[in-house]
Amino acid sequence: MYAQEVKSTGKGVKSLDEMEPIERAFQEKVNAGIKIEPKDWMPEGYRKTLIRQISQHAHSEIVGQLPEGAWITRAPTLERKAILIAKVQDEAGHGLYLYCAAETLGVSRDQMTEQLLSGKAKYSSIFNYPTLTWADIGAIGWLVDGAAIMNQVPLQRCSFGPYSRAMIRVCKEESFHQRQGYDIMMKLCNGTQAQQEMAQDALNRWWQPSLMMFGPSDAQSVHSAQSMAWKIKQDTNDELRQKFVDQTVPQAKYLGLCVPDPDLKWNEEKGGYDFGEIDWEEFFEVVAGNGPCNADRMAARRKAWSDGAWFRDGLMAHAHKKQTRNVAAE
Amino acid sequence: MSDNPTYEFALRMGDNSLVLGQSVSAWCGHAPILEEDIALANVALDLIGQTRMWLGLAGELEGKGRSADDLAFLRDARGFRNCLLVEQPNGDFGQTLMRQFLFDAWHHPMLKVLADTDDARIAEIAEKSVKEVSYHLDRSTDLIIRLGDGSDESHGRMQTALDGLWCYTGELYAADAIDEAVLTGGVRKIEEQYKDYTSKVIDEATLTIPETTFMHKGGKAGLHTEALGPLLADMQILQRSHPGAQW
Ligand SMILES: [Fe+2]
Ligand SMILES: [Fe+2]
Ligand SMILES: [Fe+2]
Repeated sequence: MYAQEVKSTGKGVKSLDEMEPIERAFQEKVNAGIKIEPKDWMPEGYRKTLIRQISQHAHSEIVGQLPEGAWITRAPTLERKAILIAKVQDEAGHGLYLYCAAETLGVSRDQMTEQLLSGKAKYSSIFNYPTLTWADIGAIGWLVDGAAIMNQVPLQRCSFGPYSRAMIRVCKEESFHQRQGYDIMMKLCNGTQAQQEMAQDALNRWWQPSLMMFGPSDAQSVHSAQSMAWKIKQDTNDELRQKFVDQTVPQAKYLGLCVPDPDLKWNEEKGGYDFGEIDWEEFFEVVAGNGPCNADRMAARRKAWSDGAWFRDGLMAHAHKKQTRNVAAE
Repeated sequence: MSDNPTYEFALRMGDNSLVLGQSVSAWCGHAPILEEDIALANVALDLIGQTRMWLGLAGELEGKGRSADDLAFLRDARGFRNCLLVEQPNGDFGQTLMRQFLFDAWHHPMLKVLADTDDARIAEIAEKSVKEVSYHLDRSTDLIIRLGDGSDESHGRMQTALDGLWCYTGELYAADAIDEAVLTGGVRKIEEQYKDYTSKVIDEATLTIPETTFMHKGGKAGLHTEALGPLLADMQILQRSHPGAQW
């Protein structure tokens, strides 16, 4: 999802009997639904997995400002412009609370920034696709924020207190994001021929990448079991993806759009849709840095950070001067 | 120029906030630190909100059925009435902040005067905007002082920004017949407050106001710098390429 590539220890899940007393007490707390707080004892693997997951999530919010932010200056009405600014601003805010949540685990925001800019830390593959038309802004709100909600609603119940609380705040805003995206799509689908085509084209391009947001199939991800035992993860990637497809297909129909998957069909028996194989090769290429926009996204973040160095240093220098003056005055 | 001074005046106010809000919003995702991304988005949102009120009023006063969006997206550069200061490019972050400060320092006393005018429609918009703008002014003042009196580099960049932008400030308070008609007695007061406030803050920031007294003007009459055309081309692209479409 926003943290698609999180690897937990991968050693396989221990049973309660195999655990030392302190670890057993921790696991029992988790099992009982009691939140783990930053000062509580926790296994190193739990801490590391959470740091990776929360920081990937934060980086996704930050990089996620870029594809949509690119359309702020071109938004077609003043109202759309205001809504889009507010949305992109929310994403920056999400990044901020998530960095704060990760900091409680003993990693600094500067360290996390450094990991993002050096390419060591990952962010969601979805933000490496280009926004080519205004309809992409609609499709992102509808599909990408829609998938984000699907993933983040269960994370509100995550065992780690600060992450769970951050998710509660974030989810409220994400549902506004999804509504505004769907609303853009509605306007386009009820609009001119060119607008309808724009909407269909956006769905064609964003459908598969949205499904990829949930991460590789569970069969391929060895690390899910431990994360589920720790209640860092509640549902499997495939379960969430299925829920997303089932929710989204009727919405596409309502818009009069065609979901670009010839294998898509209702399966009465499972009470959900069957859908075509996802191009995992493309997914792994994008994660490896070879998506259409990886280089541009990273270049934009690095430029913002390096162009802004004088600004951050200037404020620090001022704070030092002020401190020195205060000391001298005493 | 129209013979309805209130219409012209509302256009000027709306175009100022539109053009500045448009430029500021382009920083989203590119600012030096996350807190600045958020703060600039706030300022841009306030300005776009104010644009909707001013251009909405201008459209009503004009009486030709043009909406705020029609005015924003379907006028050419020669029809825009913003001052030249706000259309100056973002440049580095220092230039963006200095442009904001030099504008806020005028915008705030202007709105204060407008909040007391007899025209209820204008007073109402000014009343709503002045709280937001007082926050913009506090913020830009604080940053100008800290960066001016910061490191050698930040000082140098802020001085360069001031040197480049100061010549666009005279137009803000140089009142013509339209300003006189709407502001009546307020014109002198705005000019005095502007000069006092900016010189005090610039001094505290250890910066120097350029010696030249030459001031550019033209924006209020639709004579702009070359920077405005590309800004509008970007902003108006969808409305221009899909005439009559609803968004
Ligand atoms: Fe998001
Ligand atoms: Fe978000
Ligand atoms: Fe969102």
